[in-house]
Amino acid sequence: MSVFKDAGHLFRFAGLFVLAFLVFLVVRHYVVPKSFGQYGHYRGAAIGEIAQHPAKFAGHEVCESCHSDVAEKKKAGKHAHVNCEACHGAIFERLPVAEQPRPNLYQRAVALIVRPIQPDSPLLRHAEDPTVKPVLPDTAVLCASCHTASAAKPKGFPQVVPAEHSNGMPCETCHNPHSPQMDAGGAK
Amino acid sequence: MNLSRRQMLILLPAAAVAWKSVLAGSPEESPNYKMTDHWWGMLIDIPKCIGCGNCVRACATENDVPDGHFRTWVERYHRSDWPMTESGEVTANPLIVPEVISPDGGKEGFPVATDERGKYFFVPKMCNHCADSPCTQVCPVGATFISPDGVVLVDQTYCLGCAYCVQACPYGCRYIHPTKEVADKCTLCYHRITKGLTTACCEACPTGARQLVDLKNPNDPIHEFLKTHNVQVLKPQMATGAKLFYNDLDGSVR
Repeated sequence: MSVFKDAGHLFRFAGLFVLAFLVFLVVRHYVVPKSFGQYGHYRGAAIGEIAQHPAKFAGHEVCESCHSDVAEKKKAGKHAHVNCEACHGAIFERLPVAEQPRPNLYQRAVALIVRPIQPDSPLLRHAEDPTVKPVLPDTAVLCASCHTASAAKPKGFPQVVPAEHSNGMPCETCHNPHSPQMDAGGAK
Repeated sequence: MNLSRRQMLILLPAAAVAWKSVLAGSPEESPNYKMTDHWWGMLIDIPKCIGCGNCVRACATENDVPDGHFRTWVERYHRSDWPMTESGEVTANPLIVPEVISPDGGKEGFPVATDERGKYFFVPKMCNHCADSPCTQVCPVGATFISPDGVVLVDQTYCLGCAYCVQACPYGCRYIHPTKEVADKCTLCYHRITKGLTTACCEACPTGARQLVDLKNPNDPIHEFLKTHNVQVLKPQMATGAKLFYNDLDGSVR
């Protein structure tokens, strides 16, 4: 024991290290998120949080659950692979702030208690109540956004110079947007 | 009441087709989604892209992407076989430089091209969801990572906004969100693909130029496609393990 005769100060110092290590473990326990390291050097719970982001495009299956007639017509035509929301817009898309209807007194009172007011898009109101008709896309703009002739587009893609092609008439005068090819029974 | 009617007419049909786990907290807890069963990527079929910009608009809508920033964008290349400057003028300059334009990320489409010479094509770009991603390796706090199903994600509650990852991405796919002041990028619509839906850009693409692929699904048509088509990834020399597959990619694409 003579080796440790005057070693008291060393034990006190070692005790300090052990104490500091314990403090480190306690602090680490509270500071590092629970799921950190679950899958790797990151917070595993973040994956679930990112997966909770609300979807705005419901997917064509939702529309087709009511509009089976349109789905059938579309399937036979040239627009078979154009999904509903590609033209009609996302169902859950909110109106821009400027266009949101001002909530009435009752809605504001309810919002104070229940949930914040979520002004709905016309499509969402339509899905809620089929008698509400959403505004149809303006074909002059919509069709042209894909079918305006440009040397840059793939040669096989049907494209026209809108001014020459229709002489100002709206596209749906001759073409059914859901099955646009005229010689395939798709014309109106 | 409004709420119950909406649930009846929207949420229930949606659940009936694809949305069985819409309220699931995390993908691991979701009954039809197992992270270990998937390895996500995307196929971009260049000859099908018409440069309409629907994908860029859909992405901005779905993910609230701020104006002037892009999780996905479309570039138009004009490659000639004769010497041409960046502005498209024919010169005696021996360098053949493709003209690349992407006005507002292609969000509102592209101006009509009238010059019939040379070769035009559109290149939609987005996060490559690399299997060996440089951006996740540089993060000092573990805020960005490759999920077990192969999607590069950002934990925005953990991100410091140091922007190392923005610099590290060889494809320029990340940006610092102007109001959140954290890194933001394409999540491959993780909130959608874990519920059985496709991404917003694929849903909105009118020509099928974009297709979500699951490399762990043996029935996914991607396996056949990779064997029978000339498919490349961007910057293969960087060995990032990119999973954004381009069919018929021109060699001039940078």
